[in-house]
Amino acid sequence: MSHESYPTDRKNWNSILEVDSLSVTYETPTGGVQALRDVSLSLETGETVGIVGESGSGKSTLALSLLQYLDDNGQVTNGSIQFKDREIQNLPKVELQNLRGKQIAHVPQDPNTSLNPSLCVGEQISETIREHEDVTNQEARERMHEILKTVRIGDPEYNAERYPHELSGGMQQRVLIAMALSCNPELLILDEPTTGLDVTTQAKILDLIQELKDSFDTAIILITHDLSVIAETCDRVTILYAGEVMEQGPVTEIFNNPANPYTQGLLAAIPRVKEDRKLNPIPGKIPDLTEISDGCIFAERCEFSERDCKSGEITTEVVDERTNHQTRCRRWSDAIEDPIEPDIEPDRSSASTSSEELLKAEDVKKYFGENSFFDQIFGGEPPVKAVDGVDLTVNKGETLGLVGESGCGKSTLGSTLLKLLDITDGEITFNGENINSLDSSGLQEFRSNAQIVFQNPHSSLNPRKRVGNQLKRPLKLLTDSNNDERHERMSELLDQVGLDSNYASRYPHELSGGEKQRVAIARAFAAQPAFIVLDEPVSSLDVSVQATILNLLSMLREEYNSSYLFISHDLSVVKHISDRIAVMYLGEIVEVGSQKSIFEPPYHPYTRALLSANPDLDPNRESDRVQLEGNVPSPRDPPSGCPFHTRCPQYMGAKCEHQEPELKTIETDDGDTHQIACHLDEEELADEISR
Amino acid sequence: MHVSNRYLAKRLVYIILNLILISIIVFGITTVLPGNAAETILGRYATPEKVSTLERELGLDQPIYIQYIDWLSSFLTGSWGTSFQHNRPVFDLIVTRGARSLYLAVITLATITSISIPLGIIAAVYHDSKIDFGITGVSYLGISVPEFVTGTGLLVVFAGPVFGVFPAGGYTSISDGGIRQWLSHIVLPVTTLTILSIAHLMRLTRTEMVDILKSDYIRTARLKGLDEKTVVLKHAVRNGLMPTVTLLAMSLGSLMGGIVVVEEVFAYPGLGRLIVDSVTHRDVPVLQASILLVAFVYTFANLAADIVYTYLNPRISYGGSAR
Repeated sequence: MSHESYPTDRKNWNSILEVDSLSVTYETPTGGVQALRDVSLSLETGETVGIVGESGSGKSTLALSLLQYLDDNGQVTNGSIQFKDREIQNLPKVELQNLRGKQIAHVPQDPNTSLNPSLCVGEQISETIREHEDVTNQEARERMHEILKTVRIGDPEYNAERYPHELSGGMQQRVLIAMALSCNPELLILDEPTTGLDVTTQAKILDLIQELKDSFDTAIILITHDLSVIAETCDRVTILYAGEVMEQGPVTEIFNNPANPYTQGLLAAIPRVKEDRKLNPIPGKIPDLTEISDGCIFAERCEFSERDCKSGEITTEVVDERTNHQTRCRRWSDAIEDPIEPDIEPDRSSASTSSEELLKAEDVKKYFGENSFFDQIFGGEPPVKAVDGVDLTVNKGETLGLVGESGCGKSTLGSTLLKLLDITDGEITFNGENINSLDSSGLQEFRSNAQIVFQNPHSSLNPRKRVGNQLKRPLKLLTDSNNDERHERMSELLDQVGLDSNYASRYPHELSGGEKQRVAIARAFAAQPAFIVLDEPVSSLDVSVQATILNLLSMLREEYNSSYLFISHDLSVVKHISDRIAVMYLGEIVEVGSQKSIFEPPYHPYTRALLSANPDLDPNRESDRVQLEGNVPSPRDPPSGCPFHTRCPQYMGAKCEHQEPELKTIETDDGDTHQIACHLDEEELADEISR
Repeated sequence: MHVSNRYLAKRLVYIILNLILISIIVFGITTVLPGNAAETILGRYATPEKVSTLERELGLDQPIYIQYIDWLSSFLTGSWGTSFQHNRPVFDLIVTRGARSLYLAVITLATITSISIPLGIIAAVYHDSKIDFGITGVSYLGISVPEFVTGTGLLVVFAGPVFGVFPAGGYTSISDGGIRQWLSHIVLPVTTLTILSIAHLMRLTRTEMVDILKSDYIRTARLKGLDEKTVVLKHAVRNGLMPTVTLLAMSLGSLMGGIVVVEEVFAYPGLGRLIVDSVTHRDVPVLQASILLVAFVYTFANLAADIVYTYLNPRISYGGSAR
């Protein structure tokens, strides 16, 4: 069922779900958190509605209240939820059981923890069928095999007998989708179905959802924080902020003519692969939901807000009756007239960077699990080749982006370059000095010059130390300074990362995720290092906060003239911040070049697949993905020859299998360096490939 | 199914190394103790000449490592020597006494398991309710009273003049007195040990089950529309019992300690009393053999627990390839 033209006469559709002014409150020791307020939503058979929101927006609460599965301290304080014209709140236990799984099915966020680890996946599916349908065990099994085929799991007889840990993350998610579809539900709720999966896996799951939309007549609610996932799959979208619906309407309308300052802000905060532009963060943070002030919930952070926005009740206004586009904003016509749009970023390539080498890695290897004494006696397993022969240079003042999927060795490489892990083989020189042969004072010097920011700010800050002391500590260890100087530098650092000086006396738990990451960044910059490894520094942050941190990092780089190694799985983010980019697969660099050259042909086949898997914010784009077959091979036993040959869509045969390709330089017009490790010639690397 | 031969071989090597280490310690302690075997055998008034002659005969004048190797090799070939105190071959003595203690241990483990696991599950399902507080409270009462107090209390009540249902102590074998007699001597010691150990196991089961009942896959199971009984018994219990199995094997160690005390209280002639007696009477061969036996049982119980674990938890596979 497709919706090329949006139906104008909506009355012909069968409404399957009607949520009317739903409000949910969680009782907490500090007061009632009003997680959802006046949320209305309707869904028709065969329709896919996306619900987007940042953390704290109440999107998961909404999903769970549709299933009547709120936490014990959560309570619906107002509103109704009608499923097929029947109120589902306070249903008796037995009827609720018949509803769940049979009529409303749920696909949870984290496939790894959402399957029972000690039951075979097949049983977990057929159990659902036996519960809801009048079938024999044999019939249930047959249907289970059938449904596994539907979600594109090959060899269902074999795979049904697997335990969850024997399947990859993508397969686990397919199993959960199969489980949800097993009783032909009328409503399917997908809660962040691709979060935590690699881009190539995410792309496959999104394609699967697309396929299911066409073959099943199920209404789908897709909950996500990722607008591009919505753009790819949904018909309509509901934007949630701090428990309220800010805007809803058809996807094309919302993405092309957003009529709410919050929606506009979100769209302007996201870096895109297609265009270079500045990021506009949304200032401020999500309000405390224990006390809701009068007026618009977004007014404090809104650039369109005027005095009257902060008083009275803000009602939903209709933007376009025909498409049922609604917004909760008094200034929406102002917003449409003069929307928030980021500026195009001037080309910064080679502006600030020199060609002077700062760090050089030659044939760096890092293996884990070298054989122990007993393994030698009994024959142990081969070591994990996390980094397997990497050559890399980082120039002064440059940002080198490092992309690759989980398990490719990018974080290990980052830690090895900083000597946080001991190198197995190879050579790393920093400022012309081999860091392996440093004595203790040399190492001290190196540490003050090379720092790291980790992905998770919640665990990388000491919970028992005040922010100020955490910033003074590296100064004490790495610089020659007295107490007053350290105090002064600490205040300066806080100021530079945009935190008020009173943050010095706070503990990490009093800070939000974005604020903690600012502290972690300030700590890394304390001793004015020349080189900083940023290991997924924005991955755990909401988009509006992510934009702030990315802008901050750019600003600090100018200020200190530092070099970055920016590690990320997110191509758009890497493209936004990097001068040059290296693409890593199974412990090896397969392509490296200027930011521009990576995103333009010729491509390494793996880069091509990554790029095409990256979801796009353009709802009109036709899906034209290069799909990678199979799973990433084990780094204990990497394939011979080219590491990518087992999955490569442009695989040529024996040569790829037996001969390892060297990085070869591709000539570019503007003198950029661009290297690709592939046996294909330049033309084949640039050609459109047939699928 | 999940245990490879290589893993088993590896574990066996560790166990053997472990046991050798224990044997060195046991041998070391018993030889280093003041007063050697010759003096003990000959008594307080032996002349130094007689002592040194006997020392030569017993090989006590040899360097200590030769003594150790001699001792270990005769031990391994089954000649465990003769008990000074009982004048019986140590082997026979330990087998008879060990079997009696084994009855106590096995029956106690069975009762602990069948009482504390269901209680733990119930407490978890009714988490934070009156039922939960009741179960947890009573089980704590048991753990906070030492076993000699519980044992004596039980003796006074059930073997005392008021009820007098059970004998106050001693032991009758099945062949001598029939199964009823045999059981009547075992009930009170087992009850004492059970009361002591229930809290640990119950508490662990409860904590684990509470966590699991909050887990994502339990939510998945509930949201598929399964009834709560299936959710708990099929989806939660299997995962919830894994730490319990490990604790069961480890509690064998503390059970040994409990058995020593309880056997004293109930005058139960098992291995525990034998150890205590041989310490007081400096009956070195018995002491060495019985401690080694306990160590042996303990290490193999842990191995057994690890193997049972793999059947409960398919994620753990020992030694084989990761996938």
